[in-house]
Amino acid sequence: MKVKQLSVFLENKSGRLATVTKVLGDNLINIRALSIADTTDFGILRLIVDQPEKASRFLKENDFTVSETDVIAVQMSDKPGGLAAVLKVLEDIQINIEYMYAFVGRTDTDAVVVFRVEDIDRAVDLLQKAGVKLLCAESVYSF
Amino acid sequence: MWNPEMEMMSRSELEKIQSQRLKNTVERVYHNVPFYKKKFDEAGIKPEQIQSVKDLARLPFTTKQDLRDNYPFKLFAVPQDEVVRIHASSGTTGKMTVVGYTKHDINIWAEVMARTFGCGGVNHKDIIQVAYGYGLFTGGLGAHYGAEKLGATVVPISGGNTKRQLQIMADFGTTVLACTPSYALYMAESAAEEGIDLSDLKLRVGFFGAEPWSNNMRKEIEAKWNIKAFDIYGLSEIIGPGVASECMQQDGLHVCEDHFLVEVIDPNTGEVLPDGEKGELVFTCITKEALPLIRYRTRDISIITHEPCACGRTHARMHRVMGRTDDMLIIRGVNVFPSQIESVLLEIGETEPHYQLIVDREGNLDDLEIWVEVSERLFSDEVRKLEQLESYIRREIQSTLGISAKVKLVEPKTIARSEGKAKRIIDRRDVYRQS
Repeated sequence: MKVKQLSVFLENKSGRLATVTKVLGDNLINIRALSIADTTDFGILRLIVDQPEKASRFLKENDFTVSETDVIAVQMSDKPGGLAAVLKVLEDIQINIEYMYAFVGRTDTDAVVVFRVEDIDRAVDLLQKAGVKLLCAESVYSF
Repeated sequence: MWNPEMEMMSRSELEKIQSQRLKNTVERVYHNVPFYKKKFDEAGIKPEQIQSVKDLARLPFTTKQDLRDNYPFKLFAVPQDEVVRIHASSGTTGKMTVVGYTKHDINIWAEVMARTFGCGGVNHKDIIQVAYGYGLFTGGLGAHYGAEKLGATVVPISGGNTKRQLQIMADFGTTVLACTPSYALYMAESAAEEGIDLSDLKLRVGFFGAEPWSNNMRKEIEAKWNIKAFDIYGLSEIIGPGVASECMQQDGLHVCEDHFLVEVIDPNTGEVLPDGEKGELVFTCITKEALPLIRYRTRDISIITHEPCACGRTHARMHRVMGRTDDMLIIRGVNVFPSQIESVLLEIGETEPHYQLIVDREGNLDDLEIWVEVSERLFSDEVRKLEQLESYIRREIQSTLGISAKVKLVEPKTIARSEGKAKRIIDRRDVYRQS
């Protein structure tokens, strides 16, 4: 139930994000979800793509610093209170969220949110027990 | 002039004194410092072969590495109980360069610093504000003792606290300022912000050193402060400030040749160069007791001349320092070697750190920015951890070097490499540009 996320170090200067997306596009890699955390000097681009190993390799070949992190993708109903319900579960089972971001694609009724949490194995276990729907890696990559 | 008898002595008379003093010093270090005995023996030199200053070039050089190898006191030529003062400066690999002084040495130091002030027309009636740092750094106490010897009124304020510096300057009627040139410019700028009119002050002259500066900076300081600005030169290994200073002609710095012999050598061959040729400055202490270094290689690049000076002083003049033979930087008066930064980066687990030091002068104060390429080892997908990394490097550099630096994480291959070797330093201050 863990999903591979790629993190890319980006300096805050124009054209860097464009270069990343071009490298991925040229290599026929599809971006499923992304978010950017930034400070005044640098940013961290977090990506979920359909072929993480390949994407990581291509980016490294283009001199980017890339790391791989396990995250979880939670499916929830796309209506008011959908996210709040999931966050309530996380709070109850006392799992801290390092960061989270929403998925690009979604179905008519459901939304998908990516969570990076402390102690991911425990989180997966407890969330599933609480009846929260987690997406497996394959379904996320081809969502 | 503080000591016309010595400062205007005929060259032949001076040479006689120098020769006698050199002979005594060589004799003394040979018998009192095992390092020199070994070094002279290895070079096949016996003290009695050194009869005059003309024999100087036969003696081996002393380097900063020798000081480091003999850390802390092993180069001292007197027992430690005769040493009354220790100073130290930061070294290339964390180990400091330690120097010592006997009472006699402190007197010599005061004498040469009194001459420095005298060179700029300062006398016992002046009020001298010493804004060089006091402490292990030689600047503050060196200027202090010289000013006292002169009989002037000393204000030992040390560096920093700019508002109070300006307040004191106005209230006490300071006539002489001694500090680093960049701090003088910074103070002038602060004064402008505070609405203080510098031309209302009684300040007349300033003695600036401890870091390289250009003639353009001199013009700027002189215009902003409405004073005459003198370049002074020194290094702790030789004595501290007072080794050489400009006179009213502002045309080269007179070396106190009755205490320090000066040579310019080819840094590659070690061969002594004639007057007018650019090379590395080498000094020999001929009157000091505790640490009389023989042919110490300064790594500073300059030119010397023995042409008579219009001021009447007969001592040789050196051109303001024109560069370095190594990669040492002087930032806010502090010696910085790229290797020190590298050792901090090695500590955080980087096996081959890629970094670059960017030195600039912003608002007249030196600004050090360190670019560090983020390798996979350093990288984290959490902003917080990367920010912690930045502040860790910043703190380590602050504690190792004693200066603050801005740390910027950059992408791999950002730092230009030529033949695989990264360019470590970009110095935008242009302090060695001569105009």
